[in-house]
This record gives sequence, C-alpha cells and structure tokens, in this order.
Amino acid sequence: MSGIVSALLNSLDIGLLLFIIAVGLNIVFGVLNIINFAHGALYMLGAYLAFTLINIVGMPFWAALLLAPLGVVILAVLIDRFLLRFIYSRDIADSLLLTFALLLIINESVRMIWGSGIQVVQPPQLLAGSMEILGSSVPTYSLFVIVMGLLLLAGLWYLFNRTRIGRIMRAAALDRDMAEVLCINTRLVVTGVFAFGAWLAAVGGVVAAPMRALDPGMGDKIIIESFIVVVIGGLGSFPGALLGAIVLGLIHGFGGRYLPEVNMLLPFLGMALVLLFKPHGIMGKGANA
Amino acid sequence: MKTKILLAILAVVMVGLIAVPWIASYFYIFIFTEILILGLFAASFNLVFGYTGMLSFGHAAFFGIGSYAMALVLIHLEWPFLVSLLASMGAAALLALVIGFFCVRLNEVYFAMLTLAFGMMVFAIAYQWRSVTNGSDGLAGFSLGSFGFGLDLTLGNPAVYYHVVLTIVAIASAVLYVICRSSFGMILRAIRQNPERVSFAGLNVRTYRLVAFVIAGAFAGLAGGLIAPFLRVASPELLHWSMSAEPILMAILGGTGYFLGPFAGAAVFVLLETWITSFTESWMLVLGIILALMVIFFRKGLLGTILDWWMEVKK
Repeated sequence: MSGIVSALLNSLDIGLLLFIIAVGLNIVFGVLNIINFAHGALYMLGAYLAFTLINIVGMPFWAALLLAPLGVVILAVLIDRFLLRFIYSRDIADSLLLTFALLLIINESVRMIWGSGIQVVQPPQLLAGSMEILGSSVPTYSLFVIVMGLLLLAGLWYLFNRTRIGRIMRAAALDRDMAEVLCINTRLVVTGVFAFGAWLAAVGGVVAAPMRALDPGMGDKIIIESFIVVVIGGLGSFPGALLGAIVLGLIHGFGGRYLPEVNMLLPFLGMALVLLFKPHGIMGKGANA
Repeated sequence: MKTKILLAILAVVMVGLIAVPWIASYFYIFIFTEILILGLFAASFNLVFGYTGMLSFGHAAFFGIGSYAMALVLIHLEWPFLVSLLASMGAAALLALVIGFFCVRLNEVYFAMLTLAFGMMVFAIAYQWRSVTNGSDGLAGFSLGSFGFGLDLTLGNPAVYYHVVLTIVAIASAVLYVICRSSFGMILRAIRQNPERVSFAGLNVRTYRLVAFVIAGAFAGLAGGLIAPFLRVASPELLHWSMSAEPILMAILGGTGYFLGPFAGAAVFVLLETWITSFTESWMLVLGIILALMVIFFRKGLLGTILDWWMEVKK
C-alpha cells in the first residue's frame, strides 16, 4: 500500500513537471504553428541560470525562481526578433530546422560556460526534508512540485478563459489576419507567446534543478519526453498536455518501480498504442493535426 | 552543353576519388571513406526529406541497426562481407517497415516527433539489452573474413577497404538515382508538393510514403553496415538522435533539391569538422550557427545555390 502511494506521488510530481514544460511547447505550437525544438534547451538554460544564481551568487531559491526564467525570456525575445521572424511565413519544416540549430547552439554554449560535468542544486531549507503521508515518507520537494504544477495549471486556465490577453492569444491562434483587422498587434502577440512558452520551459527548469542533477544533456532528454506528452495528449491541446503529462508520469512512476528492466521502453510503447487507436492524440482534433 | 560540362566535372571527381589511396596519406583515406559512407547515409535520408517531403529525426535508427546487424553477423555467423551487407539492409528495411507503419500516416510535425521518439526507442533497446548488444560499450572485436564471390581481399587494409566502400557506394547511389528518376520518384516529388492532389489522382499516398521510407531505411542500413568495419565497433552512439541530425545537416548543407547535394554536404561536413575540431572543441556550436544561416538565407544549400546560379548566369 505504501509502495503504491509513493509511486503515485512520484508519478504526479514527474507528470506535473512535464506538464509545465510541455504546455509551453503546446501553446507555442497552437498560436505560432511552430514546433520549438529548442524548448528543452531553454528548460536547461533555466536550470543552469538558477544554479549560478543560487550556488555562485548566493541568492535564495525563491529569488532564482523569479529571476532565472526572466533571463531566458530576454533570450527568447531576441531569438524571436532576430531569427524566427524570417521563417514564420515559411513551411513548418523550416521552423523545426531553425530551432534545431538553436538547440545545437544553446547545448554547446551551456557546455562551454558550465562544463560537461554534473552540477547539483540544493532545495531550499523549507522544502528540504520529507513528510509522512499515509504511512509512507515523501520528500517535501515532491509536494512543492505538485503544488507548483497545480498553481500553474489554474493560472493558465484563468489566463486563457477569463482574461483579455488569453482571448487575444486564442484569436491569434484561430485566424491571425482576422485578429490583425481587429486592431490586435499580432507581431507583439507572436513575440509575447514565444517568450511565454520559453518562460514556462525555464520555470520547469528551475523547479527541476533541485530534484535532478544538471548536465548538458538534460535538455535533450526533456524535449523527447515533451514530444511524447504532446503526442499522447494531442498537439496544440491544453487539456491534452495535462493528460499526456499525467499518463507519462504514471508510466515513469510505476514503470520505474515495478518493471525496471524495460523502463526506458515503456513511454514509447504507450505512445505507439495511443497512435494506433487515436493517431492525433487522446484530446487532439483530427482536422488540424 | 551544360549537362555535358556537369558530366565531365562528375567524371573528374570520380577519377579523383578512385585515385585517393595513391595520392593521399592514410589520414585522408580515412576521411574520404567516412565522407562516402555518410554521403550514402545522407542521400538515403534525402529520399525521405528532399524528395518525399517528410522530415525524419530518427534516420539513425536504420543506420545504427545496419551496423549492429553487421557486427552480430560477423561475430556469430561469420558470413562473407557482401552477404553481411545484405543482412544489414534487410534488418534496416524491416525496422523501417515497422516504424514507418506508425509514422507515415501522420503529417510533418507529428512525423518529425514520432521518428525522433521511435529512433530513441531503438537507442534505448540497444542500451538496455546488454546480453545481445553489450550495452553502452557496443559490439567490438569482430573481424572481416572473406569478401564473397571467392574474391580474396585484405579488407583490413584501409586503402583496399576504401575502394570496396567506393564501389559499393557508387553502385548504391546509382540505384538510388534510378529510383529517384523513375516514375515512382516523380510521384514522391508530387507528394511533397501536394499530397491532396496525388490522392485525388487515385494514388495511395500512405503506401508511397511507406515504400520510400523503407527504401531509405534499407540504404541507411547499408551505410551502417559499411561503417561498422570502418569504426571497428557498433555502439549506441550510432543510434542516438544526434546521429540522426547528421544527415539532416548534410542534406541542408549540400542542398536537398539535387541528388548529389547530400554527398556534397557530407564532404563539406566532414572536412569542416576535421578542420574546426583541430583548434576548438565546440564543433557543434559552429555547426548550429552554420545551419541557422543556411536555413534562413541559403535554403537551397551549397550545391543547389551554386548550380542554380550557374544555370541562371550561363544561359
């Protein structure tokens, strides 16, 4: 029983962290119609910036949680203004290729700046211990990740459904020309959405930093996980990102515990099964996928 | 006239390639062997990307399984080299059939993500199935016995192996070229430009895509079968997605619109890598910058840009 509880909580913390990252990928795809291959690299950059702010500058974790993603947002605005603007009107393959080039550049830069070794970030004092839940001991940090994921989930839901900015984003996603006719500055929306996606990736990176060791390959791992999440859930779908992330979290949480010899294979098997029966993901719409 | 000049240039290049072992040092024999093998790998990728319009991020799966098949056959069965190469092609084609079955029904974005994910699945298997694949160390310690056809070649000699690779790559490229120029190849190009029109014309787009995917996989497997004896190891790195990136970069670098583009790209890629890594470790950074510039400004690639310019100017 206690094994199941801790596997379940473990699945939830993996799943909600993946949700934070994959939903950024999905929003960028939904509004801009590009797949940001460098999304995982931005996540990694968030984690490494947090490492520098916490371990080298000596800031508290909470300050890093605010500041590191802002640094990544600035970079994202530059990427959008100086690189992506050339390819928004082109075929989607070009955006894949260009963001892939970005991934190579960011990966190698991280290796040059921080080295290829493993770096560790300690969780803040408040979240360092563990708690007793239904007879099993759970790291407090896992609970923090779950709370963080749920807060962002609620915030995003509110943003998209209850605010003007959310409505503008959805309008731009549906028909950019029409939105422009209605006096919406779509250039600004495009930059804003790309930066927002990068912010989500970087927040995921900072949140992940104390629970995972940092190495220059961490971005590549997370981008593949994110792809699996959006394939399972449905590309461009907001609830799909949540569903896909939870499913993948469960696969990792229970697979790692009960089927360790094939745990690397399970996510792909899950994905293949979804594709066989629902080629556009569980929540995806067939028309635009 | 122009085609004649181009053919003459091609013939000169070919003669130059044949002469490499007699005029260059061992170092360049290795470099050119690598260029030829990776060129074939990139050309097979371009059948899927440049011709059919599907951007695959998992092409290394077929390259890698080709090299694993070669290593396993040489270790356990000790077949002649040519027969082992057929085993590499067959294994890769079979894998491409399975992966392609899932992937070709989906469009660009999904296709790219799925091929990446499936490629990494193959990588995960090679990494975790230690009893067969020897895990992260890979398979080594195999040796080339006979060549086949009763020919007695000392394949351990780099110069001899270079000529064997050159011959096989030349034949394989000719076959690929014929496929690209056939009516089948025309349909693939039509699918890239407008899949709806092709299916309205009564053709099954999915089947054509799958066949192209399997053919490309088989030739990537052949390239993988050639690289295993060259590297003397079949390791999981050959399956990793950074290996899938190489044919993409080569095809973009050389130009996806011409059959020989990926070969030109492979040559530039390998020579550039050799040159840049001689003074900095950050080859990937340089590569990323080059790729970004190529995608934004020279989408036709080096060979494509040069040939188009030449066709335009010298009318």
